[in-house]
Amino acid sequence: MNETRVIETNRGDRDDEQLPSSAVNSVFTTRGLTVYYGDFRAVGDVDLDIAEGEITAFIGPSGCGKSTILRCFNRMNDLIDSARVEGSLLYHDIDLYDDAVDPVAVRRRIGMVFQKPNPFPKSIFDNVAYGPRISGIRGSMDELVETSLRGAGLWDEVKDRLDKSALGLSGGQQQRLCIARAIAVSPDVLLMDEPCSALDPIATGIIEELMGEMKKDYTILIVTHNMQQAARVSDRTAFFTAEADEATGQRRGKLVEYDDTSVIFSNPADERTEAYITGRFG
Amino acid sequence: MSVKPAGRPDKPTLGSLQRSRSADVRGQVFLGLLLLAVTLAIGMVFAVLLSVIADGADVLSSRLWGFLSNPSSSDPVKAGVVQGIRGSLLIAAIVSVVAFPIGIGAAVYLEEYADGGPVTRTVEIAVRNLAGVPSIVYGLFGLAVFVNTLRGITGGSSVISGGLTLSLLVLPIVIITASEAIRAVPSSLSDGAYGLGATQWEVIRTQTLPSAMPGILTGSVLSIARALGEAAPLLVVGAAAFYTTGFQGFLDQFQGAFTALPMNVANFAKLPADQWAGHAAAASVVVLVVVFFINLVAIVARARITKRLGR
Ligand SMILES: Nc1ncnc2c1ncn2[C@@H]1O[C@H](COP(=O)(O)OP(=O)(O)OP(=O)(O)O)[C@@H](O)[C@H]1O
Ligand SMILES: [Mg+2]
Repeated sequence: MNETRVIETNRGDRDDEQLPSSAVNSVFTTRGLTVYYGDFRAVGDVDLDIAEGEITAFIGPSGCGKSTILRCFNRMNDLIDSARVEGSLLYHDIDLYDDAVDPVAVRRRIGMVFQKPNPFPKSIFDNVAYGPRISGIRGSMDELVETSLRGAGLWDEVKDRLDKSALGLSGGQQQRLCIARAIAVSPDVLLMDEPCSALDPIATGIIEELMGEMKKDYTILIVTHNMQQAARVSDRTAFFTAEADEATGQRRGKLVEYDDTSVIFSNPADERTEAYITGRFG
Repeated sequence: MSVKPAGRPDKPTLGSLQRSRSADVRGQVFLGLLLLAVTLAIGMVFAVLLSVIADGADVLSSRLWGFLSNPSSSDPVKAGVVQGIRGSLLIAAIVSVVAFPIGIGAAVYLEEYADGGPVTRTVEIAVRNLAGVPSIVYGLFGLAVFVNTLRGITGGSSVISGGLTLSLLVLPIVIITASEAIRAVPSSLSDGAYGLGATQWEVIRTQTLPSAMPGILTGSVLSIARALGEAAPLLVVGAAAFYTTGFQGFLDQFQGAFTALPMNVANFAKLPADQWAGHAAAASVVVLVVVFFINLVAIVARARITKRLGR
């Protein structure tokens, strides 16, 4: 894990390409985004325009590179030594993979919630205050902690036990704590990688409701295996799949279709999308 | 949905679900062997403990305070181990101050910063092998470097030389145990911290090291215990068999003649058994008690850290 390692970017031939006009209010614009693990091209040629204030869902079969692409948006792939990112990824108008961009600063604006709830082995309060503290905010955190916990719909359940260990919470509560922890640094974007896969339907429902509210303040990208969830919560859906490469036989991920969620689920353009959402996939 | 090739199994009968005693003979034999191994292990430890305590009981019960507070002497009734206790405690302090920071620092570097390339792997293998080098070899190194080359600083055959030599001896153990403790910290914790915009240093300081601390403590205490039990390297470095404690200045405490509890044990054991019967065993008991207390401190510290981590 070498924080300062520079990820090579290869924007060469794409620099002069015109961005579509829809990119004007885009939070992210990717063109030809491709990720390699060593020599393995895990997912490639992803072109996405992520609109501000919307929820975008990534769906697709296991191993098609949803998490890999998601981790590009806050440069978490920098932490994997073998990972290499090519193509262009603009955050508003900034090239996220520019040499001058500090991944630490990126992650303070683009938060992440992981598949498995991963609260720190600290008190509930200290979990939420962690991000603000490392970003140098001093003084009383009480108000910030309360707003963040309220934002994650957890305040009423934990307000009497803020100094108790976060590990004593239920899985669903832990995941909402992780959401509170992520929004405590007031990010611009939240990346959520299967945030409900370890939770029961009730906890899942609570978090889905929460996402609907958080949309007002954050742009959300969510990876999910739950088709209903994608249909319920998201405005736009990107369908990825993995197909065997003729030359090498390796299964490489690609973006098949990206459209309004209503279109993807009612009238998809690609038959692979339709096969997947109707459950007729492989 | 896969279909079982053999089709649906027969309807169960009570007999087919009953525990059959004969079937698991191998399992029972294995369990029996395990019990035997545990009994032998615990039995041997207790045998050692009991024999040492029994042999030392005479000296410890008749003149405990004198034995603990008197310096070495040629008179069996006056001889005590205060110099050894002092030496051993100073050595423990030197090892804590020298070997722990260097060892833990090296482990953090190897686990978190090093690239895992051939150089790193060579270093790791070298460290593992150093842990198996006989202690007397460290003694020879200490004699050459600390006693002779650095005489100006260490004062020659002094507790500083002895402590530094033993620090070197335990350094590989500290590095290995700390590395393992650091490696055992789940990556979900560091990912969570990185995801909030923590720098590598912040992740190490606020997540990795606190979570690894109980394991690091255990390894460090083991290494102190190892250092307190070594006589051979101290012998080479020149720990004294007997010395008279004169009026010592502050510096003499560190740079002057020294001994340590294992040296006391070894010396007592060499003396004629008719008058010096229980002295070696009594000194051994003192070593055991000192190690026990250091362990106790570590266990309490460990429990407090674990509690703070909420595990
Ligand atoms: N750290 C890594 N090193 C090497 N290969 C990796 C690594 N992480 C993922 N891969 C590979 O990259 C491909 C895409 O993985 P990714 O985790 O992005 O898939 P996914 O769509 O998120 O799958 P899932 O739905 O199961 O989470 C897979 O073939 C996977 O084996
Ligand atoms: Mg995934």
